[in-house]
Amino acid sequence: MSMNLEKEQAPLPTTEAAPTKSSLLTKILYGCMVVTFLAAIYTIFMYAEVEKTMGAVQKIFYMHVPSAWAAFLAFFVTFVFSILFLIKRKRIFDTYAYVSAEIGVVFTLIVLTTGPIWAKSSWNTWWAWEPRLTTTLILFFLFMAYLMVRQMDGPWDKKARLSAVFGIIGFADVPIVFFAIRWWQSKFHPIVFGDGPSQEGGGISDTMLVALLVSIAAFTFLYAYLLHKGVSFENMKIKVSQYKQKLRESLEN
Amino acid sequence: MLKAALTIAQKDLLSELKTKQVLGTMIIFAGLVILVLSFAFDPANNTTKAVIPGAVWIIIVFSGILGLNRSLVSEQRNDTMHGLLVAPMDASSIFLGKFFANFMMIMIVEIVSIPFLFLLFDFEVTGSILYFILVLFIGSFGFIAIGTFLAALASNSKSSEMLLPLLLFPITSPILIGVTQATKIILTNMEKLPNALAWMQLVAAYDVIFFVLCFLLIEYVLEV
Repeated sequence: MSMNLEKEQAPLPTTEAAPTKSSLLTKILYGCMVVTFLAAIYTIFMYAEVEKTMGAVQKIFYMHVPSAWAAFLAFFVTFVFSILFLIKRKRIFDTYAYVSAEIGVVFTLIVLTTGPIWAKSSWNTWWAWEPRLTTTLILFFLFMAYLMVRQMDGPWDKKARLSAVFGIIGFADVPIVFFAIRWWQSKFHPIVFGDGPSQEGGGISDTMLVALLVSIAAFTFLYAYLLHKGVSFENMKIKVSQYKQKLRESLEN
Repeated sequence: MLKAALTIAQKDLLSELKTKQVLGTMIIFAGLVILVLSFAFDPANNTTKAVIPGAVWIIIVFSGILGLNRSLVSEQRNDTMHGLLVAPMDASSIFLGKFFANFMMIMIVEIVSIPFLFLLFDFEVTGSILYFILVLFIGSFGFIAIGTFLAALASNSKSSEMLLPLLLFPITSPILIGVTQATKIILTNMEKLPNALAWMQLVAAYDVIFFVLCFLLIEYVLEV
């Protein structure tokens, strides 16, 4: 009994907390994010000219396109880290893949909500079964399913292995869907979403391009910051569960 | 490898022949789908003819899900999965065997239910039956190949019945889009045949890519 108590009261092995090591990177990413976001807000609302036919509604473009870009980037990162995990079997790769997929789903959700708001005013409809929209919706469901695989019961390495496999299969689907669907109803909406607000396709003015590029940079930094933070949170979770396990073992013995 | 796969397929089909559990359920379910469709769309109405090509694939997809769910979960429940894994053969031949068995079953369901659908909805095929069979073949090939793979993946979870449709539908959506478009053209409007052929080529390419991908990745899924 006393031995047990002693064991219980023995201090847990203290490990160097992760943030001290990575705090510089966190600060840099945070700083870059804040600066680019402020610059983006300035360029969007002050610098870029107001679009002729759509007016102020078109400003949603600077949020819509960068989040689509960030979502694609996030899913690509998931794909790469899934392959890396299957080859190297290191837990950190799995954590990166998971966090990136989660962020990607959030960005896709932003795309899918800002899109209809914009479409309602420019196309006069909330939704059209147009190639881009369908592809994006399928992408969203794919990575929701990926997160479902994550919710499975069982040891982490099994879950990591299965979700890595699903991540690869799912991402391989994306380019195929994209190209396959291009032929489908392509006459209905000849202008694709990102091609420019001027209904010509690609006709984007210089000031708008600057604003777009700045906001893309801002969203990329946001993504990088979220990824970095998310991974360190996930690592802390893993560490806590390891401590719990240790504690449980020491109580049982 | 092919021999081992055929043995597994034979084992699955023989045990199915004994119980007739899965195949019977699939066929009854297909019949029920036809019944529900007849409530939703009046068979006497002319516009329902446009619905039939989609209905064919609704039947295949829904009854296919039932069979796919069973095919690997039963191995897990009876603890025979370990037996298969320690047997002297590749993981890919397990996939291939399961694929053959599932493919045979869905083919039987199609042979029984689709003539019934046409009969009950009084649908006259104006297009080519031969092309229709080809579309059915390549469509169910891809659907069942990806389905078998994902069933193996989902069978690791306790709630695999819920998980499988969520995984399967987004991934197979290009196949389903392609085959419904091709079926519509082939059954009603043969003048646009080149369009249908383009869709079929697309689905066939998709089948090949994903069959190879599943073949390569099944090892990681079945690993203990």
